[in-house]
Amino acid sequence: MAEIKVDCTGETCPVPLVETRKALRKAQKGDIVEVTGTHPSSKKEIPMAVKALGLELIDIEEKNGVWKITIRK
Amino acid sequence: MADKATIILHSGDMDKVFSALIIGNGALAMGMEVAIYFTFWGLQRLKKGGLEKGPLSKMNMLGLGKWMVKQRMKKAGAASLERLLQDFKELGGRILACDMTMAVMGIKKEDLRDDLISEYCAVGTYINEARESTITLFI
Repeated sequence: MAEIKVDCTGETCPVPLVETRKALRKAQKGDIVEVTGTHPSSKKEIPMAVKALGLELIDIEEKNGVWKITIRK
Repeated sequence: MADKATIILHSGDMDKVFSALIIGNGALAMGMEVAIYFTFWGLQRLKKGGLEKGPLSKMNMLGLGKWMVKQRMKKAGAASLERLLQDFKELGGRILACDMTMAVMGIKKEDLRDDLISEYCAVGTYINEARESTITLFI
């Protein structure tokens, strides 16, 4: 199982959402996708997309304005 | 079948093209199927070299307003129209081109970015797409 990192630091709407989706499309079932970013709304909207796609949200954390969202396909 | 969004892009104004592509990309990212139907002034943006050519819908001020908004978007880290268009295609979005607009405005297939266009069609195709869409917008 691969671990895929997506860095969206400094990017704004809709890039973090789009880059997350691109990574998830390329990932195999069971792969972990870890997205980091700073755009505030994406922190709550990426989990919405994960739910809509029927995937598993493993973790959300935030430190000094940088969030990290971990998803399993 | 996935939920579907169908967007008509009638305007060729830069800010409205941004809206259409941002919404389209967002819907794709959230698992929907998306088609954008480019018509009238919107279709001008699919001409070769035409994507960035639209004015700002308000306060364009002969291009000064547009220039200022572009600077500010760059500073804010916003994606370019070209990047949004490429992402839209990569995520499986479909681009429909209005053939009536082509006839009225004398636009030929070779004037357009044909590689991006999924289908040349008319109102019947839009209705067929829209009737099974949960979101449809006219921009």
